[in-house]
Amino acid sequence: MSKQVRRQLHLDPTLCDAHGFCAELLPELIDLDEWGYPVFIAGGLVTDVPEVLAGEAKRAVTTCPVGALRLTKNE
Amino acid sequence: MSTHRLLPIDPQTGRARDLRSLASHAAAFGPLPILPPSADGHPGPLIEAIAESRLCGRGGGWFPTARKMQAVVDSAAGRRKRSPGSRPVVIANAMEGEPASGKDAVLLAHVPHLILDGIQAAAATVGATDAYLAVHRGTPSIDDLERAIAERRSDLVRVELITPPARYVASEESALSHWAGDDTATPVYGDRPFERGMNGRPTLVQNVETLAHLGLIARHGGSWFAEVGDAQAPGTTLVTVGGRVRQPGVIEVPTGTPVSDILARCGGVDGPVEGFLTGGYGGAWVASEALWSAEWAPAQVREAGGVIGAGILWALDAAICPLHEMARVATYMAGESAGQCGPCRFGLPSVADDLTDLARAASTREDLARINARLALVVNRGGCKHPDGTARFIGTGLTVFSAEVAEHLGGGCSASRSGASLPIPKIRKTPVKRAGKDFR
Repeated sequence: MSKQVRRQLHLDPTLCDAHGFCAELLPELIDLDEWGYPVFIAGGLVTDVPEVLAGEAKRAVTTCPVGALRLTKNE
Repeated sequence: MSTHRLLPIDPQTGRARDLRSLASHAAAFGPLPILPPSADGHPGPLIEAIAESRLCGRGGGWFPTARKMQAVVDSAAGRRKRSPGSRPVVIANAMEGEPASGKDAVLLAHVPHLILDGIQAAAATVGATDAYLAVHRGTPSIDDLERAIAERRSDLVRVELITPPARYVASEESALSHWAGDDTATPVYGDRPFERGMNGRPTLVQNVETLAHLGLIARHGGSWFAEVGDAQAPGTTLVTVGGRVRQPGVIEVPTGTPVSDILARCGGVDGPVEGFLTGGYGGAWVASEALWSAEWAPAQVREAGGVIGAGILWALDAAICPLHEMARVATYMAGESAGQCGPCRFGLPSVADDLTDLARAASTREDLARINARLALVVNRGGCKHPDGTARFIGTGLTVFSAEVAEHLGGGCSASRSGASLPIPKIRKTPVKRAGKDFR
């Protein structure tokens, strides 16, 4: 039986400075609001990341200049 | 059965008694029993009476106090390293962040020792080694409180008075933990105070009304406490009643008291009321007829569309324009943002400006649609609930006063009197600068 891996992207809104790279890398999951701040399309400050986007999500985390994103993996 | 538990009444004057001295306090309430402390990772034995009382936090969340205390004890017990730096902390919250609330000030001015008893009871129950009483800077009763603290000789834990700046979000519990540890009163995202609060220690933050009730539960037990009030959230509670009533002020009633009785206790409404603000500026508007018949308990007020929060009930004069009131409050709330999160820092001022236009009858249907879209954009995206509360205040107001909104879209306004009703401390420029000196 294959294990189900759940990847989640977490945003710390107190750190975010509206650089916007995350929305460019992950348009499937992230929009920008009218002030340039990321909005998870599914809502909230934590969003599920499908396996096909795992690589892009990692890049979004490392690209964020203020470290406002974090990726977690639960099996 | 007397329902003046926290605030004994002087039969001559009909007003709350002044019990600021330890002698008058002990005479009125009796001695505080000895409180066996928490040991071996278990809460102190008072936890059983607190659980039996079903006491819920009176600061606004109405969360069961016994569960919150248990969480603090569990968090301390779960630490790998036991050291004085990982022992629990108690913070008593008397910040009165809601401008329309008056109950914390009334408790501080009349029964400070009941609050201090509650702090001792809470500290013993969770095993706290440090305790703080937080009142906002400039609180008039500070000297009295210092005197009250100095008068107490048999306390196990010394209480330190702390005075964070008088900012709306500074009374949020993570902000208070932040202030107690680092002298910065901004809310903290991520860590929950009961797990990692002041300097990373398990921190129990309780409103002073909750602690005053605890001072009585320590004396009389949990079943005594639950003898009056609503089944789910029993006991008495303080309500700050304001606006178009004959005798505004703070009263103590059993939870579950009909709103109509609360208003009658305050001399009744003094003219037509178009709607009630419940819970303050992070609360909700309710149409008059929907609230009038409701009972003042968390579930019942929620069912009527409101929120008790810290116990605020404001009757808005029908002669005043509700949209004008909402725009003033929204502008104040936008200026009270800590400026840490974009949606709050920029979103709230945008909505406040939109509302100001609507209040001036200078808006179109498209402008109204934009307000609603922006309200949706500020919810669930902040490090604290400041934008969410403000959005609820505005969103419920637009619904309850929809007839007035329609009037304004047509260029009119039905107010027969200009002027302001809801209290606003100070309006700050927006968008606020990044959190900094204003929170130190």
